[in-house]
Amino acid sequence: MSDYDVLIVGSGHGGVQAASMLRQLDFDGSIAILTADQDEPYERPPLSKDYLSGDKDFHSIHLRGPDFWADKKVALVLGHTVSSVDPAGNRVTCEGGQTFGYGKLIWAAGGEPRRLTCDGHDLAGLHAIRSRADVDRLRTELADAQRVVVIGGGYIGLEAAASLTKLGKHVTVLEALDRLLARVAAGPISDFFQAQHCARGVDIRLNAAVTCIEGEDGRVARVILADGTSLPADLVIVGIGIVPHVAALGAAGADAPNGVAVDEFCRTSLPEIYAIGDCALHRNAYGPERQVRVESVQNAVDQATVAARHIVGDPLAYSATPWFWSNQFDIKLQTVGLNSDYDQAVVRGDPASGRFSVVYWRGGIIVALDCVNMVKDFVQGRALVERRAALDPAVVSDAAIPLKSFALQE
Amino acid sequence: MPTVNVTTREGEQRVIEATSGRSLMENLRDGGIDEILALCGGNCSCATCHVHVAEEWLERLNPISADEDDLLDSSDDRQPNSRLSCQIPVTDALDGIAVTVAQED
Repeated sequence: MSDYDVLIVGSGHGGVQAASMLRQLDFDGSIAILTADQDEPYERPPLSKDYLSGDKDFHSIHLRGPDFWADKKVALVLGHTVSSVDPAGNRVTCEGGQTFGYGKLIWAAGGEPRRLTCDGHDLAGLHAIRSRADVDRLRTELADAQRVVVIGGGYIGLEAAASLTKLGKHVTVLEALDRLLARVAAGPISDFFQAQHCARGVDIRLNAAVTCIEGEDGRVARVILADGTSLPADLVIVGIGIVPHVAALGAAGADAPNGVAVDEFCRTSLPEIYAIGDCALHRNAYGPERQVRVESVQNAVDQATVAARHIVGDPLAYSATPWFWSNQFDIKLQTVGLNSDYDQAVVRGDPASGRFSVVYWRGGIIVALDCVNMVKDFVQGRALVERRAALDPAVVSDAAIPLKSFALQE
Repeated sequence: MPTVNVTTREGEQRVIEATSGRSLMENLRDGGIDEILALCGGNCSCATCHVHVAEEWLERLNPISADEDDLLDSSDDRQPNSRLSCQIPVTDALDGIAVTVAQED
């Protein structure tokens, strides 16, 4: 059978949660997950962390147990990339020509790693970290690699740098902007992670524009920067973000500028087609006055629940509190809220102590916290974000006062 | 092979054949307890694998860490016997342990 009542495209946290939630809501129609991936669904966050370092095996990162798919009657169709969507005929077509019909389509296809376009971008030894296959390929080359250059000082790049440093590799991180994590966090977070990486031997280069990659015998040998610097590299990891995987929906007529636009029930502008997760451009209850994409497990899973509930006729608009985490070395970063377009940021505690938080304001209200080894602030700050607390930054900056005491005052 | 007795949120009783050396969370997941979201994958960074452990088993568990304790505070369903299942390694000594999935927050 290749027609399904609900066809889910993508097998990450969002796609799997959509299937799982539909069954938990007693949906008894047919469900399939169609995915380009070759592996049974797995968690992506460990790919740059414990799976890369070898501390977790593949079994540990499975999203569901081995019996789930048969027990819950969810068909898994692996190794299929959707190339076009026909919203009038309720069908998708895959590369290779196979077609699948749907009653409802949930697009949870995430994104492709953004690739370099400079000379040398296609040399052997350049890697992305997005799929299990990416990391397995990377790992097979690690034994012969000592010098690793990571292009991109965002979360993926820094997590990979930490994992490879633990494996004894000499890692250089190249960041095009003037600080790490520049698009996702305030200066004190950037400075802290830079200091922590440097202290463990990572060579961080800021304002580093890559001119080209030079190879020998078809394999990467050096990364050349705009200022003429030549960095020897046995292996290069490119972590410069993702391109949302929405071309097929855009071609079918969906509003898909950077990601695919959805409403509060995760519906696209095309009939019977929902979109969730990294690729869904939406108005977030905790975000700025514009549509955003949120690349996180929380967003994927909670939007999956929203789409599933709408499909079974029990709709609930998306309003979940955003949260996120990153582990690097022994550092636990936890974020609650969305700091996009923040206009003020204040440090709580002393970064030199290794435990502190940054609290973000937008338009006078607290919209997010980044908590570094400060689980208490992460837990208690959540209430402030959820209540849109309008607190005085000068008061909140005093780490001696627990955040929960402010929540009580509200 | 140790067994784990699980009560789901709806009160259904399930018995899971567990694997020693893996966390309780991984065993619940592999055993088909889909209510356990375990969103952070066992990093003690969220509280979506929260369970209540039957009293008689509590003192046989590894001690609770400060981070786990703080994260459990985020749950409205925190009880004296609350634990994050990702922080409990299953061993043969836990054969027969009984846990209840905590309510979703």
